[in-house]
Amino acid sequence: MEHYHMNLNLKVWRQPNSKTPGAFKLYRVENISSEMSFLEMFDVLNEQLIRDGEDPITFDHDCREGICGACSMYINGKPHGPWSANTTCQLHMRAFQDGDTIVVEPWRANSFPIIKDLMVDRSAFDRIIQAGGYISVNTGNAVDGNALPIPKDHADNAFAAAMCIGCGACVAACKNSSAMLFLSAKVSHLALLPQGDPERSNRVVNMVAQMDKEGFGACTNTGACEAACPKEISIANIARLNKEYLSAVLTSE
Amino acid sequence: MLDAKIPAGPLAEKWTEYKGHCKLVNPSNKRKLEVIVVGTGLAGASAAASLGELGYQVKAFCFQDSPRRAHSIAAQGGINAAKNYQNDGDSIYRLFYDTIKGGDYRAREANVHRLAEVSGNIIDQCVAQGVPFAREYGGLLSNRSFGGTQVQRTFYAAGQTGQQLLIGAYQALERQVALGTVKMYSRHEMLELVVIDGKARGIIARNLVTGELERHFGHAVLLCTGGYGNVFYLSTNAMGSNVTAAWKAHRNGAYFANPCFTQIHPTCIPVSGDHQSKLTLMSESLRNDGRIWVPAQKNDNRKATDIPENERDYYLERRYPAFGNLVPRDVASRAAKERCDEGYGVGTSKQAVYLDFADAIVRYGKIEMGKDGRNDASKEEIIARGKEVVKEKYGNLFDMYEKITGENPYEVPMRIYPAVHYTMGGLWVDYELQTTIPGLYALGEANFSDHGANRLGASALMQGLADGYFVVPYTLGNNLADEIYNKPVSTDHPAFEAAEKKVQDRINTLMSIQGKQTVESFHKRLGKIIWNECGMARSESGLKQAIADVQALKKEFWSDVKIPGIVNGMNPELDKANRVADFIELGELMCIDALNRNESCGGHFRVEYQTPDGEALRDDANYMYVAAWEFKQEHDWQLHKESLVYDVIKPTQRNYK
Repeated sequence: MEHYHMNLNLKVWRQPNSKTPGAFKLYRVENISSEMSFLEMFDVLNEQLIRDGEDPITFDHDCREGICGACSMYINGKPHGPWSANTTCQLHMRAFQDGDTIVVEPWRANSFPIIKDLMVDRSAFDRIIQAGGYISVNTGNAVDGNALPIPKDHADNAFAAAMCIGCGACVAACKNSSAMLFLSAKVSHLALLPQGDPERSNRVVNMVAQMDKEGFGACTNTGACEAACPKEISIANIARLNKEYLSAVLTSE
Repeated sequence: MLDAKIPAGPLAEKWTEYKGHCKLVNPSNKRKLEVIVVGTGLAGASAAASLGELGYQVKAFCFQDSPRRAHSIAAQGGINAAKNYQNDGDSIYRLFYDTIKGGDYRAREANVHRLAEVSGNIIDQCVAQGVPFAREYGGLLSNRSFGGTQVQRTFYAAGQTGQQLLIGAYQALERQVALGTVKMYSRHEMLELVVIDGKARGIIARNLVTGELERHFGHAVLLCTGGYGNVFYLSTNAMGSNVTAAWKAHRNGAYFANPCFTQIHPTCIPVSGDHQSKLTLMSESLRNDGRIWVPAQKNDNRKATDIPENERDYYLERRYPAFGNLVPRDVASRAAKERCDEGYGVGTSKQAVYLDFADAIVRYGKIEMGKDGRNDASKEEIIARGKEVVKEKYGNLFDMYEKITGENPYEVPMRIYPAVHYTMGGLWVDYELQTTIPGLYALGEANFSDHGANRLGASALMQGLADGYFVVPYTLGNNLADEIYNKPVSTDHPAFEAAEKKVQDRINTLMSIQGKQTVESFHKRLGKIIWNECGMARSESGLKQAIADVQALKKEFWSDVKIPGIVNGMNPELDKANRVADFIELGELMCIDALNRNESCGGHFRVEYQTPDGEALRDDANYMYVAAWEFKQEHDWQLHKESLVYDVIKPTQRNYK
């Protein structure tokens, strides 16, 4: 792989807190290596800002290997930037060319209020899980792990849904700020496993109710969420969610 | 001598005996007892959820925006359990034995045996929670091999086992949050421990959004705050992983054990430049199928695919025929370093070796084609099918590699090099996981107890969940049974006031320095010192120099660090400064510990002590002990020893040949 260096212009959203209006601010970074990750480029910028006596840019990040789900930048009009099936932290600078201008915004959704700059509050996701995104089994209650065989394709499909990292890119990508892909991933994960069966009706009804309470928008099946999802969670999960929801409300007493 | 309070009786019966006789707290009293859990990784989330289920009032803290983001989420390869589903000779004893041997006979027998005993329950519990482990076509759980063992006992979910286990524990935790037994404080960081009458009674936490300092009472405090690998700056740890909570405990009287026992993982993506902020692991599970090699001749600049088979040196298979590519991590890392130091390294930096899947792709392709009765398949067809199999097993890891390096590992071998990954050292705990401060517990990677001088792969997840789900619910109850008479202490108590003032003063001091150098630059310099002198190879002179260098760095930090921003609000640079300041102090202690230990064992390799063929040379007569350090004052620690008694296993020189 050939490596190169580049100078870039950055338009970054700055906002001191949720109550004060924000604005774009222009920055320039120079001599950026194509081998850097996008967040390492931000590290360079922040070091520069600190040395210049300015306030560094606040953003969420932690594992920097695409699994914790903390990073959340809206880059050039796309959640997590130009690469598909990717998180911001795994985006590397070889995606850009010398002289590019890159626009960086936070997730934009009413249910994800801005905390500062590019950092948003995604605790709504935790509350959706609290509404039923679990199997009620206390520690110590379990039977042997092999007591209940699970067909491989069910386990594989459950795993594919369970890969969701809870980053919120699906919400940020959706014109309605819907959380349906996130919710459907959890409902699917648990509905596909026999262990999740006893609670499946209450789970889906309660989680949908919580999602609505949090103010997430409606789903119109445009598929923008699936396209933005770093873990390629399938929109088929939304179909499964709808089926689960329908059968839950139609069969409720 | 430190007393680990190991129950009497035969090794295999200690835990059963303990559980049969430990004190219990009745349900109505549990409701009156408050427990603080710091950290929400596998150990913290599982402990908080289990204690909540039991009825305790739990307060859980994490610095991330959600408990689901704790760094356990990044664990890739798997979790060990002595289920013997493969009928390949596994047993509790064998898991126990492998772990003790893997740790180079520097772990405590009783703890490790307990770990092996509960390992099977962990798998059962996780399956019940809906953790989607990999399964065979018959619907039963699948296993794979990990280093340092000759059985297949590792359960996994592709290369995302940690994620799936943590999500399981996180969901159990959120269920308790919904039920009101656990109160969750995310974006909070513990900055001080409150000790009253010699007992841990609470913490001071900073709300990272508002900057406010908060006082929280607990009848007991559980630190589940992970390891300190970020002392090296570059590691596979998450950016936020830190030692601060453990260090505050240490400065308040909790002994810190074996700090020099750190694990350098052999298969990580090599450093690409000075800009690098962290390193990425390529799971040990890849060594199931990948073969590690370097060119047989020095400074060979040909492309990997142009180097013929007979000009390659599969050095692990050559040196360790019995375990081959699946030797333990410390052994594999040192062997890679040795080849690179000798000039056989590859890539532009020459600080890398190859991890090659070409053979595995062909092998799997042939098997699949054979299943279809396609004995006439062309080489291309075989390779294409083989790639599909490899993709199913390791797809996410291969994708990650390609994103970072821009190279396609299905076509060219991966370049890998050892990197800091895990810390076996940590807060000293007794059999009950209690530190030397009564009421203060340490679980998971934050304690030192189970992995000796080297942890085997897929054992960190096992230990974190063992501690949280199956150990601390019993041992905490045994001690809290005596607390039922004690009402919660008001947070207006002078000890809380003093602790908060201490934190406030430190923050004010840090902010008032207004020097010239950034926090990050200090952290990088610390990392270089520790990596060079207290990394894969250590020497007396190097360690002495490192101690002096770290002391000088500390002075410089406290007189020239530049922290922007405000105290009463969000300030990630201030948070980072708090952590780096503690890493600097820890770095000094690591070097002191490494200097004290005049032997090589596991990941601790003192160049003065090695066998003629370069293996670690232990000194059991003089160093078969846990080095537990008591903080006295700045630059001054007192050594306490816990001697390790091997009743069941007879320590020998580790042999993987």
